[in-house]
Amino acid sequence: MNNIIDLEKKINSELTTKINKTSIKHNQIYVEINKEDLMDVVLFIKTNKDTKFKQLIDITVVDYPEETQRFKIVYLFLSHELNHRMILSYFISENELISSLTSVFPSANWMEREVFDMYGVNFKNHPDLRRILTDYGFKGHPLRKDFPLTGHSEVRYSEEKKKVINEPVKLEQNYRNFDYESPWEGTKYIKEISEINDKKN
Amino acid sequence: MTKKIKNLNLNFGPQHPAAHGVLRLILELDGEVVEKADPHIGLLHRGTEKLIENKTYMQAVPYFDRLDYVAPMNQEHAFALAIEKILNIEVPIRAQYIRVMFCEIGRILSHILNVTTQALDVGALTPSLWGFEERETLMTFYERASGSRLHANYFRAGGVHQDLPAGLENDISKFCETFPKIINDLENLLTDNRIFKQRNVDIGVVTKDDALDYSFSGVMIRGSGIPWDLRKSQPYDCYDQLEFKIPVGKNGDCYDRYLCRIEEMKESVSIIKQCLARMEKGPIKTFNGKISPPSKAEIKQSMEALIHHFKLFTEGYRVPKDEIYTAVEAPKGEFGVYLISDGSSKPYKCKIRAPGFSHLQSMDYLIKGHMLADVPAVLGSLDIVFGEVDR
Repeated sequence: MNNIIDLEKKINSELTTKINKTSIKHNQIYVEINKEDLMDVVLFIKTNKDTKFKQLIDITVVDYPEETQRFKIVYLFLSHELNHRMILSYFISENELISSLTSVFPSANWMEREVFDMYGVNFKNHPDLRRILTDYGFKGHPLRKDFPLTGHSEVRYSEEKKKVINEPVKLEQNYRNFDYESPWEGTKYIKEISEINDKKN
Repeated sequence: MTKKIKNLNLNFGPQHPAAHGVLRLILELDGEVVEKADPHIGLLHRGTEKLIENKTYMQAVPYFDRLDYVAPMNQEHAFALAIEKILNIEVPIRAQYIRVMFCEIGRILSHILNVTTQALDVGALTPSLWGFEERETLMTFYERASGSRLHANYFRAGGVHQDLPAGLENDISKFCETFPKIINDLENLLTDNRIFKQRNVDIGVVTKDDALDYSFSGVMIRGSGIPWDLRKSQPYDCYDQLEFKIPVGKNGDCYDRYLCRIEEMKESVSIIKQCLARMEKGPIKTFNGKISPPSKAEIKQSMEALIHHFKLFTEGYRVPKDEIYTAVEAPKGEFGVYLISDGSSKPYKCKIRAPGFSHLQSMDYLIKGHMLADVPAVLGSLDIVFGEVDR
């Protein structure tokens, strides 16, 4: 295995202006870039003889609903020849368009469809951006943090209509999320609130 | 007078024995030649990733059994490794051997199913009858170790749930003596079989470059002649101490992939034998009481153990803030877990990278220009299981 630190230096020196931050953890390189530089960076790391990240392993998104730049787009790359893994990421806000990687890696096609389906992130220049995992006619983007675990609609066979129908979820009991955090460590907020109240009085 | 010819659209599945599950494949046919294939997936989508975000780390393990349900423990392995790397815990050597041994049993389970059903798809019934008998034996090993034949829920961060019951090691080593003969029987039926070769040789050829571009892994990439196996190149657990070979194909067609699987089964048997020979008595999970639950006997004696037990099964253990991607060589290819922890006892995000997803995506590329009858052969050699494709 070539040295991973050399590789980090190489990427930093070749793409100085396009890289925001690099780090090495768990024997993998984490690289943060800007949205606009995606295509340049990906083409470079795929073709350069010192990087050779010739395989796109996966594309995914992490949702941070409380941030203004809500979505973190993550690309995982693998270099077979040099035996390195790289995690490339950048932040975008909701309703932003990002470039599709299908022209560089054909396998990005379904991965981007999945991202679109699960998070509602739109890609430009994607040949066939349809939903992939959810049902035909599904509404919403299930992996967003504000999508409820129980979903919005349920499917059943209706004896009167003699067909399968969609209707809003009706549960006898709401989904209950128990908070098991330790009461010894978790009481801080109660104390803070009572202190604020004390000051008001 | 000119006649206008329209291509025929054909629905393959969602209920079709050769679709290996719930695949709806829309084929555009020109006569008998396939012009375009558009797989519609998601009929088995259960929202595994969303559910895992709402469960503690220990509660999330059973979901991994239900991905590729043909080789359940290999998936659990990836998740356990991811947590172990973040928590930075040592796994006792006996637990490592047990895990590797059951992963190889999983590999044999998966390859038997694939080889024999591929034969079934192209018209040979006998291999599946012979192969499934062996699968049944292997699943009883699963049952004796974990309590269930399929959904094992056996691997934990820091080791395995419980030690092997008395006599199991003996029975597995007996199986290792008899099983190579069964592989030979299967090979006698298939390897030189004229019909099997006619249906598989030069069908669904993948070149080296395309195997990389389409994100292939596992047998799909090795069949095309790229010697890449995560057990060798990025070894995890005790794979670096074991000796085994990586079979590599030449032509990248369905037949080469079949040969790779047969050879891999033989290698797996040798790995299991090595594990059994080197396995010594010892602990099977980490001693850290904050991560692995205490034994029942300890709970009766020690207050601290009782508290640990209570905390582990209500709140669960906490995993410090981190971001990691770990992959294992599952029977179908590279199975990876991209885990983001936020310091609480539940994962903030857990993306599952299933090998079958990228393999199935290349269906259009593989089948273009082939005949309709080749669709089951190609689909069979891709080794698709819908539990992991749809998640």
